Amino acid sequence: MSTFTHRVCPATGLRIHSSAENLIKANAVTAIVFLSVGGLFGLMVGLTRWPGVHLLPADWFYLALTAHGLDLLLVWIIFFEMAVLYFASAILLNSRLAAPRWAWTAFALMLVGALMTNVAVLQGNSIVMFTSYVPMQAAPHFYLGLILFAVGALIGCFVFFGTLVIAKEEKTYQGSVPLVTFGAITAAIIAVFTIASGAIILIPTFLWSIGLIGNIDTLMYKTVWWAMGHSSQQINVAAHVAIWYLIAAVVLGAKPLSEKVSRMAFLMYILFLQLASAHHLLVEPGISPAWKIFNTSYAMYLAVLGSMIHGMTVPGSIEAAQRGRGYVNGLFEWLRKAPWGNPAFSGMFMSLVMFGFLGGISGVVMGTEQINLIMHNTLYVPGHFHATVVAGTTLTFMAATYLLVPLIFRRELIMKGLAKWQPYVFGLGVMGISLFMMGAGTLGVPRRVWDITGADAILKFDYSGAAYLMMGLNGVSAIMAALGGFMFIAIIVGSVFFGKRTGDKPLEGLTMTTATKYGSAKDIKIPGTVVLVAVFFTAFVLYYFVNWKYLAEVWPLR
Amino acid sequence: MGIHPPPQRIWWKEPVARTELVWVIIAFLWGLIMFSAMIYWHMAGEQNLSNESYRITPEAFAAKAEAMVEKYQVREEAGFPVVHPPPGSDVYMIAGLWQWWPIIEFEKDQTYRLHLSSMDWQHGFSLQPVNINLQTHPNYDMVVTLTPNEAGEFGVVCNEFCGIGHHLMIGNIYVTEN
Repeated sequence: MSTFTHRVCPATGLRIHSSAENLIKANAVTAIVFLSVGGLFGLMVGLTRWPGVHLLPADWFYLALTAHGLDLLLVWIIFFEMAVLYFASAILLNSRLAAPRWAWTAFALMLVGALMTNVAVLQGNSIVMFTSYVPMQAAPHFYLGLILFAVGALIGCFVFFGTLVIAKEEKTYQGSVPLVTFGAITAAIIAVFTIASGAIILIPTFLWSIGLIGNIDTLMYKTVWWAMGHSSQQINVAAHVAIWYLIAAVVLGAKPLSEKVSRMAFLMYILFLQLASAHHLLVEPGISPAWKIFNTSYAMYLAVLGSMIHGMTVPGSIEAAQRGRGYVNGLFEWLRKAPWGNPAFSGMFMSLVMFGFLGGISGVVMGTEQINLIMHNTLYVPGHFHATVVAGTTLTFMAATYLLVPLIFRRELIMKGLAKWQPYVFGLGVMGISLFMMGAGTLGVPRRVWDITGADAILKFDYSGAAYLMMGLNGVSAIMAALGGFMFIAIIVGSVFFGKRTGDKPLEGLTMTTATKYGSAKDIKIPGTVVLVAVFFTAFVLYYFVNWKYLAEVWPLR
Repeated sequence: MGIHPPPQRIWWKEPVARTELVWVIIAFLWGLIMFSAMIYWHMAGEQNLSNESYRITPEAFAAKAEAMVEKYQVREEAGFPVVHPPPGSDVYMIAGLWQWWPIIEFEKDQTYRLHLSSMDWQHGFSLQPVNINLQTHPNYDMVVTLTPNEAGEFGVVCNEFCGIGHHLMIGNIYVTEN
């Protein structure tokens, strides 16, 4: 039976079953198609926001922004995550995939759902943004597409869980699951919670759109919708952190410093990350401060604690591996001599730094109950989540794709010289987008606005010159990020179709053996990482208190 | 490695390096500090939301706003009434497609009870360049007791997407020296 055919990976020695392999390919390829569509919409949004260019007319801008959010935040990321889940279960556990037919059903449902929602948006009668807040109404097939997509994703999660069960029963691995699989389990558990929340809110909204339900409370919608909307971003966090460990292991042979600490950090995500719905409800009427404080802080910042732990253990494991390889001079020889020319590594490390410094810190500050008053719904918000979701998740997924091409598609990369530069071009572009949007947000520029000049408005308000400058720089950064995205797609699509077949020879640039034995020992020396973490912590504390200072200067209110 | 099963099956009994342990403790304590900061600000800070809000129909809210305009209108600008309500009073601002109505004139360092509600979709009350941002829902009357501490002309821009005219939705608040 074809389901049981497999090959042995020459690089890792893992058994790779064709059922899993084909599904990984299908999901990854579809993801990248939606990445290119969504990225193009993003470029148009960035160019329209640039006051000097102002590319699109208003209706097209709002349409492009809706499609950009949907195709990237949802479709690209979840399709890629399906590939990650199948990889982390079937491939890493040496197992066949449970119920490949169901996995294909999941794939088909997601594809049909994604297309349906895209059609609704492109028809122009569902320009409601990614959030589709009621009572603004989209066409029924907008919601129906989202529901189908979610059902597909849910089936994919259960195929993943089923594969874990099969692997355990068939004893395809010894002992506990690898850390990367543990991270993927975290992502899948959060995904189930997320999709359940999505069903609870989207099914009634669909029924409302076809007239079977009379009214949906706006505050209730928002509370439950964000239990999906924000939690789905936490799937991304768990997934991309797992991939950080994966890339560190595959490229550098890095071992987790301590299995216990890294796994506890993932556990914190499972227990607390879902509370983040509150981040979107901090300046809403009718919600008590006690509820806001508890939820917005993930129960006393315990999920943030998880991320801060990964923030040390990921670079720490890289440093330990590099030192084991002999790069022991000074604080940072291990970092200087890291494989910066390998796009899988450079993408991963930039993602780590930007997710922490830009996305993490801004997220905690903006999620502080009272500080949210001076940031809510300004461009600061998209600035923040472009650092987490684009610099964090998307850049990590791009980095992972550079490993998927040789390992799963079994093709060599074409245009290797260009591939070396791609993560830097994309990464710098996204960094600019994040910083300049956050900057514009602190100057009061609202999100999701076609024109900040107010030229056609009856009453006027003029933003400062600095705000216009920020919007222009954001446009320039968008061009750079789009260029990086285009390079990525050209390299990957070109490699998948025209790359040289790798055959059975070992792959260059991958260190699949651990340099030396360490880990879980009392005497790990990671002084460079300690310095990096200290710099991060100092930046965090300073930025946090500076924003309390800003808050203290606005009109007193209660 | 992260892609292989851990060498020790019982990984939760392994020792933890001191560097990691110290960072976990610092990060945990920092979380407690940030958590306490929000509670502390409710006691000592001047910028907190009271959670005072009521259910109200758009019609009832509009009636209250119109009554206020009737009573306290001082002039008209670009078709919008400008009201100058007495300090301490209840002031109503309507959010609707696509305007903030009416224009309100406050006196500096006086306190007002500002009511916000939407006639239709959700809107975002964004006071600029002060940068105070609040969400406005239909059927909810949100009351914010605020004290303008600077004189000048301020903009109220909408920062929640509300359709094709979203960018047109600009209002004004004036604060006069007394």
